[in-house]
Amino acid sequence: MSLVKIPFPMLLYGMYRMLRRQARKYPAFAKRLAERNLSAQIRTFDGGVGRWFRFRDGAVESAGGLHPNPDITVSVATAELGSELFTPWTNQLDRIEAMKNFQFTASGSDELVVWFTQTMAMMQTASWDYGIDMPDGTRRYVTNTNGGPLFTYVKDGKVVRITPLVFGEGDAKPWTIRARGKSFTPPHRTSAAVHTLCTKATLYSKDRLLYPMRRVDFDVKGDRNVRNRGISGYVRLSWDEALDTVAAEIKRMKTRHGQGAILASHGSHHMWGNLGYYLSGAFRFFNTIGYTRVVHNPDSWEGWYWGAMHHYGYRMRLGQTETYSLVEDLMKEAEMVVFWSADPETTSGSYSAQEGTPRRQWLAELGIEMVHIDPYLNHTAALLGGKWFAPRPGSDTAMAMAIAWVWITEGTYDRKFVAERTLGFDLWRDYLLGKEDGVPKTPEWQEAETGVPAKDVRALARRWASRKTYLGAGGWGNGHGGACRSATGIQWARTLSCLIAMQGIGKAGVNFGHLQWGTPIDVRFYFPGYSDGGLSGDVENTALALGLYQRMPQLPSFNPSRQKVPRLRIPEAILEGRTEGYPWDGKTIEGQFQKFTYPSPGHSPVHMYYKYGGASIGTMNDSNRYVRAYRSENLEFVVNQSIWFEGEAKFADIILPACTQFERWDISEFGGTGGYALHAQTQMNNRVIVLQHKCIEPLGESKSDFQIFVELASRLGLGAYFSEGQTELDWVKRMFDSSDVSKRISWKDFLKKGYYVVPPLAEDRRDPPSLRWFYEGRNKDVPEPHPLPGDYGEEYGHGLQTQSGKFEFECQSLKRFDPDDPERPPIVKYLRSWEGPGTDLAERFPLQLISPHSRFSYHTLSDGKQSPVNDIEEHRVLVDGYYYWVLRINAEDAAARGIRQHELVKVFNERGAVICAAHLTQRLPRGAVHAYESSACYDPLGEPGESPDRGGCINQLTPKRSIAAKVSATAANSCLVQVEPWKPSTKAAAVAARETAAV
Amino acid sequence: MKKWNLVIDVAKCFNCNACAMACHDEYNGNSFPGYAAEKPNLGHRWIEIRQRERGVCPVVEVAYLPVTCNHCDDPPCMKAARDGAIQKRADGIVIIVPEKAKGQKQLVDACPYGAIWWNEELQLPQAWPFDAHLLDAGWTETRGSQVCSTGAWRTLHVEDEEMQRIAREDKLEVRAPQLGTRPRVYYKNMDRWAKEFIAGSVEAAIGGVTECVEGARITLEKDGKALAEALSDPYGDFRFGGLEQGSGAYTLRISEPRFASKAVNVTLGATAVLGAIALQPA
Repeated sequence: MSLVKIPFPMLLYGMYRMLRRQARKYPAFAKRLAERNLSAQIRTFDGGVGRWFRFRDGAVESAGGLHPNPDITVSVATAELGSELFTPWTNQLDRIEAMKNFQFTASGSDELVVWFTQTMAMMQTASWDYGIDMPDGTRRYVTNTNGGPLFTYVKDGKVVRITPLVFGEGDAKPWTIRARGKSFTPPHRTSAAVHTLCTKATLYSKDRLLYPMRRVDFDVKGDRNVRNRGISGYVRLSWDEALDTVAAEIKRMKTRHGQGAILASHGSHHMWGNLGYYLSGAFRFFNTIGYTRVVHNPDSWEGWYWGAMHHYGYRMRLGQTETYSLVEDLMKEAEMVVFWSADPETTSGSYSAQEGTPRRQWLAELGIEMVHIDPYLNHTAALLGGKWFAPRPGSDTAMAMAIAWVWITEGTYDRKFVAERTLGFDLWRDYLLGKEDGVPKTPEWQEAETGVPAKDVRALARRWASRKTYLGAGGWGNGHGGACRSATGIQWARTLSCLIAMQGIGKAGVNFGHLQWGTPIDVRFYFPGYSDGGLSGDVENTALALGLYQRMPQLPSFNPSRQKVPRLRIPEAILEGRTEGYPWDGKTIEGQFQKFTYPSPGHSPVHMYYKYGGASIGTMNDSNRYVRAYRSENLEFVVNQSIWFEGEAKFADIILPACTQFERWDISEFGGTGGYALHAQTQMNNRVIVLQHKCIEPLGESKSDFQIFVELASRLGLGAYFSEGQTELDWVKRMFDSSDVSKRISWKDFLKKGYYVVPPLAEDRRDPPSLRWFYEGRNKDVPEPHPLPGDYGEEYGHGLQTQSGKFEFECQSLKRFDPDDPERPPIVKYLRSWEGPGTDLAERFPLQLISPHSRFSYHTLSDGKQSPVNDIEEHRVLVDGYYYWVLRINAEDAAARGIRQHELVKVFNERGAVICAAHLTQRLPRGAVHAYESSACYDPLGEPGESPDRGGCINQLTPKRSIAAKVSATAANSCLVQVEPWKPSTKAAAVAARETAAV
Repeated sequence: MKKWNLVIDVAKCFNCNACAMACHDEYNGNSFPGYAAEKPNLGHRWIEIRQRERGVCPVVEVAYLPVTCNHCDDPPCMKAARDGAIQKRADGIVIIVPEKAKGQKQLVDACPYGAIWWNEELQLPQAWPFDAHLLDAGWTETRGSQVCSTGAWRTLHVEDEEMQRIAREDKLEVRAPQLGTRPRVYYKNMDRWAKEFIAGSVEAAIGGVTECVEGARITLEKDGKALAEALSDPYGDFRFGGLEQGSGAYTLRISEPRFASKAVNVTLGATAVLGAIALQPA
């Protein structure tokens, strides 16, 4: 609500004067005015007040009253409403309400309406100043990435350098933790992931898509030659040609085939920024056109979401438990940390750069013992030291059960806690003791499964029970990556949750974690994360409804299609026309039990694919399937909106070139995700809110995703709805206004400086450690808004989210769902992997391949693209002029096959073959091989989808089979392969074959 | 006067390559006249991290050694340079002057550390110039230091006497000191890279079950002289590090009151992982 209301006619006149003034003062704005010739009318419904504006070759004319024949008209119900809505930065809710209630409308060309309303908005923003001049002649801007925020130094429109943020005197100082007589304070700066430190190079990569393109033999009106996807080259198109084609195909799909015909999908991650993220603009756009949604599986949480969650709840964290103040508790109280399938130094907490790294350096200083359990001597283990256990891939559950067996038989678990706070322990105890199946789960029993000596497991169990121990499971400490992504991932995560329960989770020094989550920052300061939906308007599939929707009112968006496809079954949906899956639904525990099928009743099968980015072949399973799906006649049209020409972008009919976050406006927080990773900022040492400057103009003809969607939407008459008539920068300002940052720093200062550091909590106001309340039988006292009120069995705030409110060794939710499911019984039991040693497949493919989240790329970001990470020999190895992906193999296994260091090898099974460079190592036991997932390059040596790939897409080898029949989950780490030397002669033949195929 | 030095802690480097990427970011796409011409996008590792594994699964140590231009106080490259192509600055930094070094491929071979790279396109020898242009503009550390999250890479701006004191106290070493080049790049915990270890695990049958033996006393002897002593940990494990490669015969004497003492002879070539050593009842 504006304080002083200016009469509407005067306001309109003022706008005219302002237009002319800003055009005189700001050349960029004058240039904008010259973009279109049109006449625009603003009026009240009754015509009582009106003013028209005529734009001609950059000049503006205007007069009060009604124009006889305007190109576009913007109308408001009354003059009073007009003066409210046209006063700059007044209540956004009033604007939205006026639009929703048909009191604020537009007519005429949608494209011109958007241009006109955006121009009127730019009139206000033209004077905004941003960035800081540096002594060396550069101007310092700020941006943010998946691996941390960056100062971006620009000169002559070009990025000169990028560095992490080094804070100054005026920025809030970090916290200090006092533990065992010492004080620990993290650096007063941000860190940056390696995949972020190479982003200037990938920004200017030769693989950037700079123009819209069409596959050379794709004729939208004639022969589409879909079999040539992935083979044929491309020709340059104008944006108009490209967008007209895509818009026409969208319309054709809907009119010819009906609802459901358009499949739209995005990768797991995107360029950072709350407004530019896929959960924002892409969701709004796809909802706007109506689409078959691709349902992702929680592919870094699988075992936790489908398994552990049934023991203790936390469905809104996908089975990850709360993590408040655990850094301080661990440092003050714990005596030992068990890292189990946990390599935080490689996976960087996903979005948290190297923030946890300096904290883990404190472990040795504090004298805290460390144990690492992982078939690979991962980087965390190699750096921090401690006892390393190397169980066979997928066998960890046996080891965990043997530990529990020792505790039970020696009485070294927290019996009081188990008696008072848990349910069903006796049942599980009896299973472990062998009363059910006659097989006691002893250390000797596990030795046959894991290859780890029984004595070592006994020693570990005793040591663990005698020390206050943190269990750091997965990259986050209680989830994320590793063993949870395997055929035995559900039982592994379940058993680990039972172990930590047996030791009394929540007791001082006993919890999940490894200093990755739980710094004492202030989480009560509101700033949305990317999962909060940005400008999506999507209250169904983002976390928008939780807070941002109220704070940043916007037009809602809904998808009129109910059809869904599981992400790992896209190929089956396209090739076979039918598939099924179980949803990732964090809203309820039971959501994951609701099986769905494709096609959905009454919907059209998919005929068009709108793909955002090119990561599928490197990141999905058995990914030759995706290649074959692209080349199917069932897919009439494929459009890919991508930054780089790589991966599946090369299978599109039309390619739309998007730009990076350096080239557009956005706003975000360092590692601020919201949603299922609520308060993920506690991975950071400093809370940093970032105004992502548009540091440079988009390269070539590339455009921001937002701009591409606006222009496409305009061709469907929906541009004004999609953009709400505003620019990206306007939306940035709206998000700033909606958040608590606007209470602490002025827009002017924030815009100029580009970041704000949120002060940490005062030492005496820090949150209590997670689950201490549960351990002590009190009501929940950490700032976590879940479980939902309806999830509590007893009074609100009392107990866990489970049916009993207790930790359930016997999961009541699984018992209700299917007590006889052998793969997911109510108590966790041991089952061998369906793809592992002892299976039929193992005779021909005797090596177990694990493919963890990659170290030097973030999914496919920063790999390929002629990025400098290619020169890191742990990432790729240059052999005969080509950068090959690396396969790690035990030195004796390599010797037995005649493979020497850095020689090329073929890694293969029935699903495919990938040519890699071998790295011989003792960091793996015999029988196991290791290659990171997520190659950006797909480079088949012959027929795409049917030939060895030298690009390094290891996921061609991983199984499509779900962990269990009644879940939709990746088992990427259960993969049998054979490895043999790659013979140059075969290589030459294959290259020749490829050359022939390409002609 | 104060001069620039680099101290790299081998024990804290885990091959994240942040320093190498920051270096690439600084020099790729940029040229700084008088300091450095543009670094090629691929093929040059002005900062390169080498790795070495010791041991046998599951007793393995990995060491990473970041190597770069050593900014030697007696730089061999300078002797091989013509036309003043190499300058030794008063602050210790060695610069290959791009304007003067064109065509001087001999400089690549002149560096005994392999730290000079040949830029084929520009016909220039190139190496990491210690970010001298940034330091001259007021930076207080190199880009590698700025992004090193473990603190493995520290830029020190101190008098030579102070640096020598630090080197003594922190037991810093330089690469190939025998060459007499007097590098300004120092390494801490170089043993992790250069030395070997002997490891084993003590076990015994207790109550009919094989158990790890904690607290066994293990003495490492060479030529009848005790070199070091260790107690086995809760897993029965012990480890003696800092041993010279190929240093020959050692004897391990293992004692634990409940069991008969045991001697194990080891001939050390590279690192020796002895595996389980079973003690018998006394």
